[in-house]
Amino acid sequence: MSNMIATRDAYGETLAELGGENKDIVVLDADLSGSTKTGVFAKKFPERFFNMGIAEANMVGTAAGLAAAGKIPFVSTFAIFAAGRAWEQIRQSVAYPKANVKIVPTHGGITVGEDGGSHQSVEDIAIMRAIPNMTVIVPADGPETKLAIRAAAAHKGPVYIRLGRNKVPTVFDDGYRFEIGKGVEVAAGTDLTFVTTGLMTAQAVTAAGLLKKEGVSARVVHIATIKPLDQEIILKAARETGAIVTAEEHSVIGGLGGAVAELLSEKHPVTVKRVGINDRFGTSGKAEELLKYFGLTPQDLVEAARETLAGKR
Amino acid sequence: MKETIAELEEKARELRVSVIKTLHRSQSGHTGGSLSSIDMITALYFHKMRHDPRNPLWEERDRFILCKGHAAPAQYVALAAAGYFPKEDLMMLRRLGSHLQGHPDSKSTPGVEVCTGSLGQGLSMANGMALGLKLDGKGCRVYALLGDGELQEGQVWEAAMAAAHYRLDNLCALIDANSLQIDGEVAKVMNVAPIADKFRAFGWRTLEIDGHDMGEIVAALDNAETIKGAPTVIVARTVKGKGVSFFENKAAYHGVTPSDEELPRALECLGEQCNL
Repeated sequence: MSNMIATRDAYGETLAELGGENKDIVVLDADLSGSTKTGVFAKKFPERFFNMGIAEANMVGTAAGLAAAGKIPFVSTFAIFAAGRAWEQIRQSVAYPKANVKIVPTHGGITVGEDGGSHQSVEDIAIMRAIPNMTVIVPADGPETKLAIRAAAAHKGPVYIRLGRNKVPTVFDDGYRFEIGKGVEVAAGTDLTFVTTGLMTAQAVTAAGLLKKEGVSARVVHIATIKPLDQEIILKAARETGAIVTAEEHSVIGGLGGAVAELLSEKHPVTVKRVGINDRFGTSGKAEELLKYFGLTPQDLVEAARETLAGKR
Repeated sequence: MKETIAELEEKARELRVSVIKTLHRSQSGHTGGSLSSIDMITALYFHKMRHDPRNPLWEERDRFILCKGHAAPAQYVALAAAGYFPKEDLMMLRRLGSHLQGHPDSKSTPGVEVCTGSLGQGLSMANGMALGLKLDGKGCRVYALLGDGELQEGQVWEAAMAAAHYRLDNLCALIDANSLQIDGEVAKVMNVAPIADKFRAFGWRTLEIDGHDMGEIVAALDNAETIKGAPTVIVARTVKGKGVSFFENKAAYHGVTPSDEELPRALECLGEQCNL
């Protein structure tokens, strides 16, 4: 974990590359192209960039129409305005007809920071995951974002990719191969497994290092694709380590933790602890402060691991 | 031209008969709004639009989006009459396993372009299609049929703003202004008037017609095609339940189908013998 890249920067760069490779790629934004980094594409391909103004519902419907005309639309705004404001448009106009629309919001989670609870989406994974036909991806870092964006462009059908605002540590190197629907073990371990997504994967890797000093062997499984969930890698972790701690920058309700708990309670019940936002709205503050405030630091994961090991069946 | 108009009027009558029989069979669906929009749908499918029922995905086709998706029976009977699928399929409307869903579903029905049914979203999709067709340099046109009650949805006005902003002159919206919605008169539930003024203020060209006068419908559609630099809306005054006297102008028949007793009387109104 060396350099720091914001997933939104990786997105902007990749989108502009893709635009040069495929003339069917079109991009829509709702007056946030500077923040979401779709502005990079807009500069290179102005004729294929549509600023839809501050009108997310219409933006999503327009994207569905462009897809029906054979285009591959990427739609960006902040996560809460995409998944939240335009949820039913995504359901009806995009997911129901399996329209080839890629919804790629930035500013997911509480690390949005100072803007506060109104702008911090902590529910989007849950509500996107509930929609049939929808694929939901939360990359861990810049390199994985680039691969996920390319995979989404090649995938036929609706995809939701949640990106963040801030620079995050890089977890994956050049040799990493991303596949939609596949989780990846980023640290080996035998006593318990952290099942994580987004920026919490880097936090879990750090936590696993701390636990090692206490003699605890923690595995880290990164789940970029929350739907469809890689059941195999999670069941394997449950069988082999017997305890699971999930971690996400999202509500503990309905996101990765929910998905993992649903799976394990039916197929291989083990002790599961969900680390995330505990059914609360976000608040203003610096990103680093908020990670502490909401209990999403490596130290919090270490404590969750201890608690989980104590209750291991 | 007169003959063509007469032929279209006869076609519209046949399609009304088909709507009544279909809805009598299904005993579920929206009668009033299907009958108010059928003259416009007839003019589009049998006069104006370039399309090929044997090749529903023909790239050069004009597109039709039924934004007021609950009028699906009107579109389905037109698609069946045009040859997109066998007319017998209409008898399976809204049944489990049928390709004729309660509201238009592009995954299921040949000739249906997108999924509608949740009001207010269709015009945005029409915009997207019009943008995409322009990007490809295609001359195809996009037609979107909305209800007047539907204009209460805010997204319609987001879309209206965007269509004018992007100068979508390959887009023509038609408003089936039958003045009624489920809970009663549009003017009393939530007034949308004046419709044409609103669209003009948003940058659209507007045409106002009698939505049951085939000559006016055809002339407006022809006229819309010549307007450049802006989208056109045809505001069509219509009668909910048009053609069946005891359904006409009754909000109660929004989502009610003809009963066994009503069927022969309804068909009689349409100049059709009941020989079921």
